[in-house]
Amino acid sequence: MSIRRRVLGVFSRRPALGGWGLLFPGGVWLLVFFALPMLLMLGVSLMPRGTYGGVEPGFTLEHYRRFVDPVYLQVLWRTVMWAGITTAICLLVGYPLAWAIAASRKHRAFLLFLVVLPFWTSFLVRTFAMIFLLRDTGLINSALLGLGVIREPVALLYTPFAVLSGLVYGFLPLMVLPIYASLEKLDPAMLEAAELLGARPVARFIRVALPLSLPGVIAGILLVFVPSIGSFLTADLLGGAKQVMIGNLVQNQFTSARNWPFGAAASFAVMALVLVAVWLTLRIRDRDDPEAAR
Amino acid sequence: MRPAPKWVLVIAGAGYLFLHLPVLVLVVFSFNASRYSMSWTGFTLDWYRALAGRADLWRGLRASLIVGTISTVAAACFGTLIALGLARGRFRGRRGIEGLLALPLVTPEVVTGISLLLLFVLIGMPLGLTTITIAHIAFNIAFVAVVVRARLAGMDRSLVEAALTLGADELTAFRTVTLPALWPGIAAGALLAFIMSFDDYVITSLVAGPGSSTLPVVVYGMARRNVEPTLNAISTIILLGTSALIYLADRLLRDRTVSARAAGPKQSR
Repeated sequence: MSIRRRVLGVFSRRPALGGWGLLFPGGVWLLVFFALPMLLMLGVSLMPRGTYGGVEPGFTLEHYRRFVDPVYLQVLWRTVMWAGITTAICLLVGYPLAWAIAASRKHRAFLLFLVVLPFWTSFLVRTFAMIFLLRDTGLINSALLGLGVIREPVALLYTPFAVLSGLVYGFLPLMVLPIYASLEKLDPAMLEAAELLGARPVARFIRVALPLSLPGVIAGILLVFVPSIGSFLTADLLGGAKQVMIGNLVQNQFTSARNWPFGAAASFAVMALVLVAVWLTLRIRDRDDPEAAR
Repeated sequence: MRPAPKWVLVIAGAGYLFLHLPVLVLVVFSFNASRYSMSWTGFTLDWYRALAGRADLWRGLRASLIVGTISTVAAACFGTLIALGLARGRFRGRRGIEGLLALPLVTPEVVTGISLLLLFVLIGMPLGLTTITIAHIAFNIAFVAVVVRARLAGMDRSLVEAALTLGADELTAFRTVTLPALWPGIAAGALLAFIMSFDDYVITSLVAGPGSSTLPVVVYGMARRNVEPTLNAISTIILLGTSALIYLADRLLRDRTVSARAAGPKQSR
């Protein structure tokens, strides 16, 4: 028996050992450059702020307590509300979009590619494109001025409207793809059976198609809500100084405000929101579909 | 499925318009001769010519290509190994590894970036291309692993078993059966990882040091100063380049369930 065979034999008798060998390099990388930084940040969020930036030794909860301040509560509330509105709009537009793709016979692959493409193209470039449309000298204002609808440019950029447009624009594909995936699996015979049994179109949709595509809807809600909560670039470029979301607060504390511990605490506030959203979604999914729980 | 009702098609059409119109407008106006107004004053390539003379953009492109290549190769290897390791069945600590893979996908980029910045500052590592590359490998590992796992899950396990029964050892079976079947998944995962690295602004800007700006960081700086026509030109070039890669990746992931799943975890930005 060759040495190679013998070595591999050990692996196959004890698959866990071979498994760990494969997991080792990537696992260590993620431990050192993902998990460890998170732990460091937790530590920093519990320490007093240093006089010249940085932290001092000690233990305090003051940075978490600061969130009771109405200024920061407002940022948290705004973040959750905007993420919620973004998710709702994405669902209202994304469901019909996914439906149209699933119902198309000839162009399905192309229509799907048209959803995937913007999702992968540079978020930065797409946000610029939004600025280009919305600014005072942008396409929308120029068109409205040209048509004589308005006399002076309407302020669109640096408003909540701009941020919400940017968020929907950025995350709409994340709603479409999972809904499409579950609609595609839907057996047309189910809808035909409902029709034969006398269900009208609305009833067929509400009582058959919608419940069967619910896993896709739930996945889509999660996939849009989570990145909206943590988004930074959209509010940074489209929102201006007054439309701050929690991601911008985090960045600001580490760059200009130089308050590391508060920035770290704000990071955990975002993480908490994200994890609650993930947990809730998984709960709902497992309740509806015990098989997926496994 | 029967044809969708009219109102569904109308909303879908509006959705497509909303998804593509802004970028199309940007591309068209990158060829507009007028510097300030939105009126079309003639076709020009001046803004593209102006790009050629900008040393900062070339340096940024070079930095992006270096970081993108190294981080893609490393993440493709690590991610594929993790996917293979997890496919070997149940063992202690499996859930921990799965959590370690899932968390980076849901963690907001700004949080990932800040925590890495903290680490680098605390261990006294100078910020530069190295720190950017380390960060990019970290966010791409989980991503490649998810794409390859999806491919692996769709693979027919009996082929490997057949090879083993016919006398191949595990390594031979892996080389001649598993790897060729897995290859499109690995290649697509690597392509998408490269795009993620090439396009990333948020994490990169946080762990970049002076003089190590990647292309998106330079471009962001341009936008902060003034939204000028050259910005439209560079944006158009970036769009063309990444669209070609996306098309390739999409071809590789033709299996639709895989592409839908692969699209899922990408984090925004």
